[in-house]
Amino acid sequence: MGAGHHHRLHRPGDTLVHRLPPQCKLVAVAGFALVVVATPREWFWAFGLYAVLLAAVAAAARVPAGFLLRRMVVEVPFVLFALAIPFIGFGERVTFMGLSLSVAGLWAAWNILAKATLGVVASVLLAATTEPRLILLGAQRLRLPPMLVQIAMFMLRYLDVILGEMRRMRVARESRGFVARDVRHIPVIARSAGALFIRSYERGERVHLAMLSRGYTGSMPVIQDLSVASRQWLVAGMLPGAALAVLLGSWGIA
Amino acid sequence: MHVPDGFFNAAVSLSAGVVAAAGVAVCLRGARRELDDRTAPMAGLVAAFVFAVQMLNFPVAAGTSGHLLGGALAAILVGPYTAVLCVAVVLLVQGFFFADGGLTALGVNITLMGVVAVLVGWGVFRLITRSVRGRGAVVAASFVAALVSVPATALAFTLLFWIGGTAPIEIGTVAAAMGGVHLLIGIGEGLITAVTVSTVLAIRPDLVYGARELAAPLVLRGASGDVTVTSESPAPPAPVAARRPGWFLPAGIAVAALLAGVVSFYASSSPDGLERVAEDKGFSGQAADHSLGEQPLADYGDVGGIPVGVAGLIGVGVTLAVGGGLFFTVRRRDEGSGRGEDSDRKASV
Repeated sequence: MGAGHHHRLHRPGDTLVHRLPPQCKLVAVAGFALVVVATPREWFWAFGLYAVLLAAVAAAARVPAGFLLRRMVVEVPFVLFALAIPFIGFGERVTFMGLSLSVAGLWAAWNILAKATLGVVASVLLAATTEPRLILLGAQRLRLPPMLVQIAMFMLRYLDVILGEMRRMRVARESRGFVARDVRHIPVIARSAGALFIRSYERGERVHLAMLSRGYTGSMPVIQDLSVASRQWLVAGMLPGAALAVLLGSWGIA
Repeated sequence: MHVPDGFFNAAVSLSAGVVAAAGVAVCLRGARRELDDRTAPMAGLVAAFVFAVQMLNFPVAAGTSGHLLGGALAAILVGPYTAVLCVAVVLLVQGFFFADGGLTALGVNITLMGVVAVLVGWGVFRLITRSVRGRGAVVAASFVAALVSVPATALAFTLLFWIGGTAPIEIGTVAAAMGGVHLLIGIGEGLITAVTVSTVLAIRPDLVYGARELAAPLVLRGASGDVTVTSESPAPPAPVAARRPGWFLPAGIAVAALLAGVVSFYASSSPDGLERVAEDKGFSGQAADHSLGEQPLADYGDVGGIPVGVAGLIGVGVTLAVGGGLFFTVRRRDEGSGRGEDSDRKASV
């Protein structure tokens, strides 16, 4: 993790998905995630259809599968947690390959794995096809408080700077032979954190003064045109719409 | 620990979202008092700091390591309102851009790691520093506050999981396991927080929000040997400001959690197959010890599926309506008291 970290999340392009206004994509992804979460976990093929929908979006946005897979690493801690549930869950148990597994736990693990994976892929697609700043502007159009959006924007702008400072401190520590092995080394790390806080805070003060001298009055001008044609809402609505159709369809069958 | 999609059912996710929105709304107003017009750049940089500090891994015990939550640390350094905002923004950015933590679980994440961790941490910190004064007390209070905030967050997670989680795990075991592990992590968090706070206290004591009362008055010594002592110490608005959300937010969380609990088992018991599996396989006798599971199942399983989804929707609607009401009450109260405070300030000026 270092310089330019978050830029690699975005894959510039000029496809139908890239051109959609950010607020449409946000609503579409959130709606899709909501439909996925609301789907009963016994409907295996519904989840399969959701995956197909996401694959279609990925194909339309020309996001390669390898990129998606690499970005799905964030999910790993919860995959481990989900895999542990069948062992610690209670209730009826089955024996599979010499392991005693809880049936309800297996269901829960499947539920978490399927829904979390679909959610992660949808979020990754959103981040891959939309510039970070535009996502926040889209969120502002969706009535996220402007102050929150501004804070997030300042955070995004200076994230690399702060992470760079942290990396330099780590390099300095390690070039002096420091390795954090046990609790006695915590104070060293904590002093770096303290120094990092002071540097961040003082940089914040400088940034504020610099902004003031450039005419900052507490709000940022929005220069992008973020208006949406109703046709674009229709296009963006296809993903959650199709997912909802799958959900209602399977409900009708079940 | 970022909760992904699918961990909690829709009702809990939505009501946690409402709680998170109410909390953030209160903090947006409060942060203006803590940082005045510098709010956006300062909070943005502090959020970047929290993000960076969460990547610091520290060794806990032999072989295992944890990473900082940062809620208590941020609260002590920049004040509780700004801290909630910063943690919320960090979670927002992680959810939007890093796919870390699901979009539908954003409310749960902000409620747990933002609101609960910061409130508990700040509450404990204030409790100690109000009774004991001095720099040592601030450092010790930072340790205790951070130490308590981590298991408290873990227990809040367990409580939510019990109300609307999607895995069949006994509440007692989870609470014990989560509490135990996070107590260990909490010790590490407490140590780091305490040393960090004492470092900042040593270099820039004016930057530690939680130690504002310790600030010595400014002494000016003129060339002719005259000494002027300005008694102008920045009056910390914290005690008054912190108390109101201090009781209001936990109460709000309790109300929402109760609602979600009552509502969510209607929403979840039948469409998600846990209890059905339980009944089919004949171990529903065990449901005695989680008595929530048994009755609605018996009712709805027989009626035949239709009311389940409807009940779920109604439940979500009711939760949203009540949560929204809560949100607006918070807003109105906040506006009212904000105006009162402004006029107070004017009067004192």
